[in-house]
Amino acid sequence: MLDAKIPAGSLDQKWTDYKGHCKLVNPANKRKLEVIVVGTGLAGASAAASLGELGYKVKVFCFQDSPRRAHSIAAQGGINAAKNYQNDGDSIFRLFYDTIKGGDYRAREANVHRLAEVSGNIIDQCVAQGVPFAREYGGLLSNRSFGGTQVQRTFYAAGQTGQQLLIGAYQALERQIALGNVKMYNRHEMLEVVIIDEKARGIIARDLVNGNLERHFGHAVLLCTGGYGNVFYLSTNAMGSNVTAAWKAHKKGAFFGNPSFTQIHPTCIPVSGDHQSKLTLMSESLRNDGRIWVPKKQGETRKANEIPEEERDYYLERRYPAFGNLVPRDVASRAAKERCDAGFGVGTSKQAVYLDFADAIKRYGKIEIGKEGRENVSEEEIIALGKEVVKEKYGNLFDMYEKITGENPYELPMRIYPAVHYTMGGLWVDYELMTTVKGLYALGEANFSDHGANRLGASALMQGLADGYFVIPYTIGNYLADEIYNKSISTDHEAFVTTEKEVSNRIEKLMSIKGNISVETFHKRLGKIMWDKCGMARNAQGLEQAITEIQQLKKEFWSDVKIPGAINEFNPELDKAGRVADFIELGELMCIDALQRNESCGGHFREEYQTNEGEALRDDSNYMYVSAWEHKQEHTWELHKETLNYEVIKPTQRNYK
Amino acid sequence: MTWKQVFTSSVGKKLVMGFTGIFLILFLIVHVGLNACIWANDGGEMFNKGAHFMGANWVPRILEIGLFAGLLLHIIQGLLLVFYNRSKRTVGYAINYGNRGSKWYSRSMGLLGTIILLFLILHLANFWLPNRSHQGFLLGEEINLYTTMKDVFSNILVVIVYVFGCISLGYHLAHGFQSAFKTLGIHNKRWHKSISAVGLAFSIIVPLLFAMMPLSFYFGWIN
Amino acid sequence: MQHYNMNLTLKVWRQKNKEDKGGFQNYQVKDISSEMSFLEMLDVLNEQLIRDGQDPIAFDHDCREGICGMCSLYINGKPHGDWKANTTCQLHMRAFKDGETIVIEPWRAGAFPVVKDLVVDRSAFDRIIQAGGFISVNTGNAVDGNSLPINKDAADAAFAAAMCIGCGACVAACKNASAMLFLSAKVSHLALLPQGDPERKSRVFNMVAQMDKEGFGACTNTGACEAACPKEISIANIARLNKEYLFASITAEK
Repeated sequence: MLDAKIPAGSLDQKWTDYKGHCKLVNPANKRKLEVIVVGTGLAGASAAASLGELGYKVKVFCFQDSPRRAHSIAAQGGINAAKNYQNDGDSIFRLFYDTIKGGDYRAREANVHRLAEVSGNIIDQCVAQGVPFAREYGGLLSNRSFGGTQVQRTFYAAGQTGQQLLIGAYQALERQIALGNVKMYNRHEMLEVVIIDEKARGIIARDLVNGNLERHFGHAVLLCTGGYGNVFYLSTNAMGSNVTAAWKAHKKGAFFGNPSFTQIHPTCIPVSGDHQSKLTLMSESLRNDGRIWVPKKQGETRKANEIPEEERDYYLERRYPAFGNLVPRDVASRAAKERCDAGFGVGTSKQAVYLDFADAIKRYGKIEIGKEGRENVSEEEIIALGKEVVKEKYGNLFDMYEKITGENPYELPMRIYPAVHYTMGGLWVDYELMTTVKGLYALGEANFSDHGANRLGASALMQGLADGYFVIPYTIGNYLADEIYNKSISTDHEAFVTTEKEVSNRIEKLMSIKGNISVETFHKRLGKIMWDKCGMARNAQGLEQAITEIQQLKKEFWSDVKIPGAINEFNPELDKAGRVADFIELGELMCIDALQRNESCGGHFREEYQTNEGEALRDDSNYMYVSAWEHKQEHTWELHKETLNYEVIKPTQRNYK
Repeated sequence: MTWKQVFTSSVGKKLVMGFTGIFLILFLIVHVGLNACIWANDGGEMFNKGAHFMGANWVPRILEIGLFAGLLLHIIQGLLLVFYNRSKRTVGYAINYGNRGSKWYSRSMGLLGTIILLFLILHLANFWLPNRSHQGFLLGEEINLYTTMKDVFSNILVVIVYVFGCISLGYHLAHGFQSAFKTLGIHNKRWHKSISAVGLAFSIIVPLLFAMMPLSFYFGWIN
Repeated sequence: MQHYNMNLTLKVWRQKNKEDKGGFQNYQVKDISSEMSFLEMLDVLNEQLIRDGQDPIAFDHDCREGICGMCSLYINGKPHGDWKANTTCQLHMRAFKDGETIVIEPWRAGAFPVVKDLVVDRSAFDRIIQAGGFISVNTGNAVDGNSLPINKDAADAAFAAAMCIGCGACVAACKNASAMLFLSAKVSHLALLPQGDPERKSRVFNMVAQMDKEGFGACTNTGACEAACPKEISIANIARLNKEYLFASITAEK
């Protein structure tokens, strides 16, 4: 039976009570306790810095050349916090409520409430660290609005909020490194968890420069290794983003929660050809001013500008008159797919829809003319003024679009298409962020998280930093307080030796295959299976097929993969091979999870379960649980269910019409 | 943060260059102003008066020591910096960024400075050394510098070297003037703009005036 | 935008490891689409090399959207290639013509030793930050975010400096291999904010000392760093650093 260890008491008192009663470790003992942190994104860097400040001995690992490269850096829009600086009725409860509702009622109430409670502290902490958030002329912090909410609670730093927050956490981390509290291991990849007496006691890491395996002891291990969107090959994730650390933990006993819950972001730059290696997001904020449309005629060949107004189908405005272009991400994505699948797509690939700013440009142009009190102004002048306004608001995004596509979005409508962006699923954790393996924690996107079946914009940054700065420093103490009697274990311990052997055997096995097909090719093939059959829309038949195909792919991979170079050298192809091998296994589990969940909710859309109008149909009586998968043996998992009890919020059907 | 630490750091070394650079710029103003007296067209009377003041009065003579100190500091620190900076890229590029990223003369301060130094040696040997040795390096009687100038600048080769030296000085100043102020911490756009403009004007006008002197003598534009 | 395909000759620096001497090697790539990114073109070449049983070219990259700062590459004599305010990962092949030869080199600086091929070790940047590129505030100590108003212009200027992605293009472009633009971006970012004030003197002094220790050159204000910076960090930040340094050295107690 899965116990989430949710504290008793009323929802708004749980975290306060927990903090008041959890066990503490005294400063002298903290010095003797070692903690391993894997990953240096918002969750990892903030956790490592905070634990270092508390006095723990911390070791941090990242596969990149510097902790500052972690993919949190790419987040554009902002970070939510229930500060109510705008006096527009925001509160902790509202942030909590919006997050639960946005997640389509598949998240744990207690965790989400805690997230909302600490959200304000995050902003304070970041400001104190020197994060240059956008400000008003009076010198106070500025806010913007984001999808799925009715208040302005998003703090931002232009279109680079993730970068600024990560640099803040990175600097805090570097400070702890300078003080000697934290030791940093760049270009190191965690390849296995070491478990002694049913507790996580360390990791095996590989130095990616020379290929050597290293053993590291820790009284606790924190996985802050991000999401696994790259299982789809094409996603907005970084090239190196991977599931390996989480997957190793999973195979060592940590349950995997809701693996099939994937967020597909509606506004990304479409694929331009087979060479495509990754996809780039265009911020959600564009949907505030852009109108999304496709031609009314199937297989339209005219250019966008040549299609008259009455032959355009503004399908979001047509289907969802109340929310129009601002429907939540999952809804917008599915609607785009529906149009393209029906043959209305645009561009050479026909897998794209238009995001058009022509109306916004005219509207802003007229406002500018109005401000100047002029009349009888030519159409061209209005457009020119409007372009200036649009440039002011979205200039950097428009530039990025032009760099990638070579098209000028001020003249031609942008072409966009949904792309994999975030994974709500991840390692199952209890209220204390501990996985089902004692002493093994998962933070940030790596855990199955607080976002249920769909994440709201600007909430990922909030969760990563909440976990690292304000949750783990308390909850880890509750575990480590009992560990003060356990001295550090020598890395000569048998468990370290055998685990290292497992890792080196696997690497040697990979290298010895000497097949004919490159790692990249396998990854692409996996991605195609996942995207076609476990992507924006899924059905039982497709998922069953996908499972067979993935199993076949796995066999082929392990008999025909070609990895150049040697083990003991800088060998990115070998690193990638290990990651793709794990993605293949994860892909199977994602399909199994999607197959068992006979309902549609949030990012998980099962074609069999929709309303007559094509909307997601949830089944609360049968599926209001977190699916937590236990790995048994190859191709075999056991499903555990954590039932979700809504004590405060009453789940309802989401309606955006 | 001891003074030693300050002045041995890379930024400190640059501060030395900036301070001495500005000091030498000030000297150039005095020098060009005084020498411009040759254009009074009075047979060198006014010029020699000025020269006499600079050579026979102990105040400018003490300042002269300061000038040499500043000059030496600028030269030595500059050369050391050139070698220091050169050693920081052990393997060079096959294709250099070159003028696409910066002005050629901003990258050639060491070279321009060395040319100026060579010119300076000649220049001192032409005027300063004969004069001061005549004075016994004290406040003794000076030679007629105006006639010396006339003499020296009758040789076309010398005139060419001097003009070349002045061009080098111009480019050296074109970068050095505004760079010195940046090094001393002027970062506001407004100030930087004005200083750049003044610097550009200075680096054209002053070397041009200097270059005009040998030319004026050689072509007999003055009596 | 008309798309086209091209054949190219690539002259790439190959170096087995830090100790190896290394040298250029020529490769041919065919049918490269103008829609590809530069790194995707290298992906194509690497797939080709793997197929032919050769060692693929190692290069650093991660986010491929111009923000993580991991990609480098000195392309045809310019860090990150010829486009202005751009990173290598955002450089696209329509910047090149059919039949062209492209020379690809790693960042060159004593403080950035080559790890392999085009990959260099930029951990010196991390150590510069460790020397003082932070505000010493422990988690949980912060007062309310709005308790201290910050002049909008200062906040915006701090942000403009904080946009630095730590890629090292400034060092690669500088004839002195100086890290002053990187360093000054951080010093400016923190000096412009009231939160950074208490440590401003020790910060600038320690960070400069660390830069020198790492083996970067001194700044001679040529401006090549600014021209190469993918985030257009202003060279005015260097002047601000100099001011901070001068001020700190004059007013230091000891």
